[in-house]
Amino acid sequence: MSLATFRGGIHPPDKKELSKDKVITPARQPKKVVIPLSQHIGAPCKLAVSIGQEVKKGQVIGSPEGFVSAPVHASVSGKVLAIGEFPLPAGKMTTCVVIENDGKEEWATLKDNPDYAKLSPEDLKTKVKDAGIVGMGGAAFPAHVKLSPPKEKPIDVVILNGAECEPYLTADYRLMLERPGDIVEGLKVLMKIVNVAKGVIGIENNKPDAIKIMEQAVSGEPNISVCPLEVKYPQGAEKMLIKAAVGREVPARGLPMDVGVVVQNIGTAVAVYEAARYGKPLIERVVTVTGEGIMQPANLIVKMGTLVKDLIDECGGFKSEAAKIISGGPMMGFSIYSLDVPVTKGTSGILVLPEEGVLHAEDFGPCIRCGRCIEICPMGLMPSMLSVLSEKGFYEEAKEYDLFDCFECGSCTYVCPSKRPIVQLVRLAKSQVKP
Amino acid sequence: MEKTQKEHQITVSVSPHIKSEETTSRIMWSVSASLLPAAAMGVYFFGPKAALNLALCIISALLSEYAFQKMLNRKITVNDGSAFLTGLLLGMNLPASVPVYIPIIGSFVAIMITKQLFGGLGFNVFNPALIGRAFLLISFPKLMTIWTEPTAAFVRLDAKTTATPLGILKEEGVSKLMEVFGDKINLYTQLFVGHRAGSIGETSVIALLLGAAFLLYRGYISWEIPVSFLGTAALLAWVFGTKGALFAGDPLVHLLSGGMVLGAFFMATDYVTCPSIKKGQILFGIGCGFLTMLIRLKGGYPEGVMFAILIMNCFSPLIDRGFRTKVFGARKLATAKEIKK
Repeated sequence: MSLATFRGGIHPPDKKELSKDKVITPARQPKKVVIPLSQHIGAPCKLAVSIGQEVKKGQVIGSPEGFVSAPVHASVSGKVLAIGEFPLPAGKMTTCVVIENDGKEEWATLKDNPDYAKLSPEDLKTKVKDAGIVGMGGAAFPAHVKLSPPKEKPIDVVILNGAECEPYLTADYRLMLERPGDIVEGLKVLMKIVNVAKGVIGIENNKPDAIKIMEQAVSGEPNISVCPLEVKYPQGAEKMLIKAAVGREVPARGLPMDVGVVVQNIGTAVAVYEAARYGKPLIERVVTVTGEGIMQPANLIVKMGTLVKDLIDECGGFKSEAAKIISGGPMMGFSIYSLDVPVTKGTSGILVLPEEGVLHAEDFGPCIRCGRCIEICPMGLMPSMLSVLSEKGFYEEAKEYDLFDCFECGSCTYVCPSKRPIVQLVRLAKSQVKP
Repeated sequence: MEKTQKEHQITVSVSPHIKSEETTSRIMWSVSASLLPAAAMGVYFFGPKAALNLALCIISALLSEYAFQKMLNRKITVNDGSAFLTGLLLGMNLPASVPVYIPIIGSFVAIMITKQLFGGLGFNVFNPALIGRAFLLISFPKLMTIWTEPTAAFVRLDAKTTATPLGILKEEGVSKLMEVFGDKINLYTQLFVGHRAGSIGETSVIALLLGAAFLLYRGYISWEIPVSFLGTAALLAWVFGTKGALFAGDPLVHLLSGGMVLGAFFMATDYVTCPSIKKGQILFGIGCGFLTMLIRLKGGYPEGVMFAILIMNCFSPLIDRGFRTKVFGARKLATAKEIKK
């Protein structure tokens, strides 16, 4: 049987065996957390606390500004120690609130509402919005915005992204194994909010146990199906997932809503369920701490704002050869320059690579026009051409080659035998011209 | 303390953080290795002179590359296998009998003029080895068409010369070819094994196919160019191969002789000078097959593979433009625009 997929893509070693059997466990209580006021795509939040103030778990510390934004909540109870600029994993300095954890775990608001399914779509959406839920696959786009399509774009299916196509990461996989019921409940809430009858859960075929468990979990749900996907990077990219799961092609530069689809991540679905039922804001998430350079790989429930340093310590520290630390997966994640950066809503993993896994800035060669990148580009671009044009400074010409349709999945750079930094040259060109 | 030190040593770079193990030089050396069986067969049939010429081609190709890069103060890339491959291919495309200065001149033209003066690896328009050979054929037409008779005896003093099968076909027709080789089965067998006059590395079809199978298996070449090239040539040979009668030609003789197999699998598939887009490669292969047969059947030369590939090299950028890939979702966007109108 041929599995659902898209054209192109690559097969990097998936390396998931390091952490796939590690049961999700809560991370140790951090002594302090550094919570950024901007953990999402869109406007940063407005500060809602002051230094010295006592805060409780789940209390709003940053209120959203504008529609494309999401509130930020305290992930621990305790005292606000400082407010200032701190670096995020991607390197950008952002206003953060530093809270000293008093260890009391006092909640501001947490109320079980077993009848949440009876709430109106509007009320449910408000709960999602107030919980500060964003896409947890990495892009961190506010969830309620995706759930508010304009009237002229009717939605008829919600797809849950369980592809987890980035090598190493196992957070979504573990959630599927351990909390299948909550995922399905979250999906049902999402379906209710956008008023659709159809739900699809796309899972890569290298997780047969997850597929089996999710299939069992949806057996009583005639409207929800599980779609096994071919194991191929970037199967979890939104457009590729939609093509594979429901056979629709999102228009170039378009959005999933243009083809009647809303895509949410597995972790997001769990967060949506918790928000709908308990009013629990998004203050913690599952983070895979893994890589050949870490002593004890793990899947941890981590409070937002926990420093990477704390997670590394909890996982037994580095093996002596640890040489690169990445926030996210190896294909699209950011290598961090300091261990004092916090886990945010979009942090799916902390990956520690040993020296032999690190590619040092190498002398890249000329394009030999082998065509590998053209073959595998999931977006149907000509990365070789883009890289050559960008290298020579022909940025406007690069636009002609659909520069802005590249979503920087890195597949071209992975396959290039001349080791050309194709994605980086694309980023350079993008920064030099207007779309 | 150990830990803090390590913290200072972490590498920071842009994504992606993992890359495939494939490298340009691994590809070049693999292609070179895949040619060795055919080159060895050439040496077996044509003697030590063949080995000498192959060695001279390779050494002077490497020296040309080194000298050029040294003079221009560029990074020395003789280790990447590319110049070695060019030298080897050029050598395999020469008759065994040429005097020692011929390989040296050919490699110089291939590397210095065709490759480096156009910008080096990746920027040359034409296949360097083929330009080297074309230069030699035009400049030294006599020397380049003296063909040693193949024998299995490695050491011999009186190398006889003879005509290539294609030469016989061109000058004296198919009946003479049959007379030389006896019957059809023997003809095919000799051509397949490579026991016939020709360039050093082009004769042994079986050795070439062995190398080609390796390249196909490793994904270093794909089927598009060889299949469309050989298919077109076979079709044309069958339809027009016999004078005065249609559909009476012998495609197998044409496929097995000359540089057809060497050209289709190893020269036309050169990444730099063929189209990068698979669909375009089919057109490229058809063009190569067509031009080869046009020259063989109607042109002044008995063999046309070299000029066919070189002519098609000119069209590679155009073909790539014509077959440009379509961005994901482009079709739908057009419909959306139409609706707006």
